[in-house]
Amino acid sequence: MAQFVVILVHSTSHAIQAERLLKRAGLAVKLIPTPRHLSSDCGSAVRIVAGDRARGERVLNEAGVPIDRIEPLDE
Amino acid sequence: MIYLDNAATSWPKPDTVHEAMLGYMRDVGANPGRSGHRLANEAERIRLDAREAIAELFGVKDPMRVVFAYNATTALNLAICGLLPPGAHAVTTGMEHNAVMRPLRALEQQGVLLSVVPCEPDGTLDPQALDEHIRPVTRLIVANHASNVCGTVLPIHELGALARQHGIPFLVDTAQTGGCWPIDLRADNIDLLAFSGHKGLLGPTGTGGLAIHDDFDIDRLPALVCGGTGSRSEHEQQPDFLPDKYEGGTPNIVGLAGLAASVRYVLDRGVDRICEHERSLTRRLIDDLSSIAGLRLIGTRDARRQTAAVSFTIDGQSVSEIARELDERFGIMCRPGLHCAPRAHRTLGTLPEGTVRLSPGAFSTAQEIDQTVEAVARLAGAE
Repeated sequence: MAQFVVILVHSTSHAIQAERLLKRAGLAVKLIPTPRHLSSDCGSAVRIVAGDRARGERVLNEAGVPIDRIEPLDE
Repeated sequence: MIYLDNAATSWPKPDTVHEAMLGYMRDVGANPGRSGHRLANEAERIRLDAREAIAELFGVKDPMRVVFAYNATTALNLAICGLLPPGAHAVTTGMEHNAVMRPLRALEQQGVLLSVVPCEPDGTLDPQALDEHIRPVTRLIVANHASNVCGTVLPIHELGALARQHGIPFLVDTAQTGGCWPIDLRADNIDLLAFSGHKGLLGPTGTGGLAIHDDFDIDRLPALVCGGTGSRSEHEQQPDFLPDKYEGGTPNIVGLAGLAASVRYVLDRGVDRICEHERSLTRRLIDDLSSIAGLRLIGTRDARRQTAAVSFTIDGQSVSEIARELDERFGIMCRPGLHCAPRAHRTLGTLPEGTVRLSPGAFSTAQEIDQTVEAVARLAGAE
């Protein structure tokens, strides 16, 4: 199983918002450039630990942050 | 030097505003949204700080529903031009600034129908008077929250309830009230709230925007400016989501750094306390000016019903001459004339000459008011 998941959102505004919300919820978060194999977008995505996926998703849904996709990510 | 032109732009700004702008220029400098590097992300964090602060100030749940523009005028144009196709009808008031009147008049040339609801000679409006102008094709009600000429506050809560009852979008120009008068977008049923960043919000010029009600469907409102956003770069069409839909082009990020700091200052000091401070200065100004012979105060003359914009004329004297004398002889800065609001001056009966407007702000003092009244009294007595 992958160690991390990457959360793809609409834009960098949402990535920074997601980073802030997840940090406030106590999750380990890292902003990464959106992996090119996952999206042609030029902005940032949010990486969290795979085990935090459900919690992270819940935090973002509650705040109304639209999630494009969540994908496993090995590093 | 006494600065009483805060209704045009507030000055001075809190020190934290200078520091935030300098900090961005010196230590960050990057373009938010365009790259994933650390400085671009830092710039985006600054922009989010500004969004969150504005959302908190106006009671918007989702900070992404705060979109930035270069001033309240651009935000008003976005809303007005987007909601009114030819044949649609708009209702506005007899107290508007040209930031509202000019886009409406321009649209009238393209077949938009317009009703301007008359206000009382002191600038007040009976909300029921507006109700009578609503038609089946009415697509927008737009009103300022307070007059930039004489500070008269319009009953936006009642107007919002009326708009909601008819299912018509309600746009409010809060250029004169943001940061110094309580506003709650949801409680007041405001669909679209245009704000100026550089007046009562105490930020730098070149900042402003539109706060959008959480329930307002943005599919109803096309973008006014399309361009690069850093998102969906593979598409040649403008993104359809917020905030990117309305934020094409590189933002004024140094301005937003200042705005984030200034709105934080306003929130920390408290809108109610700033409002009370300005009210006490307004009351002092009204009370003391009204004892000067030959001086005519414009508007409600009631500090509870107006913001800190006090307009007057003096019998037999030119308003521009009064302003020039105040500046040159007494170091007092104010604004004479029509204040970009000919419609409001028509309502107030002060066309074509206009008025002298004294507008204290969050950092003005009672002593400055007293010195100003003394100077005005000397000018009035000089005739």
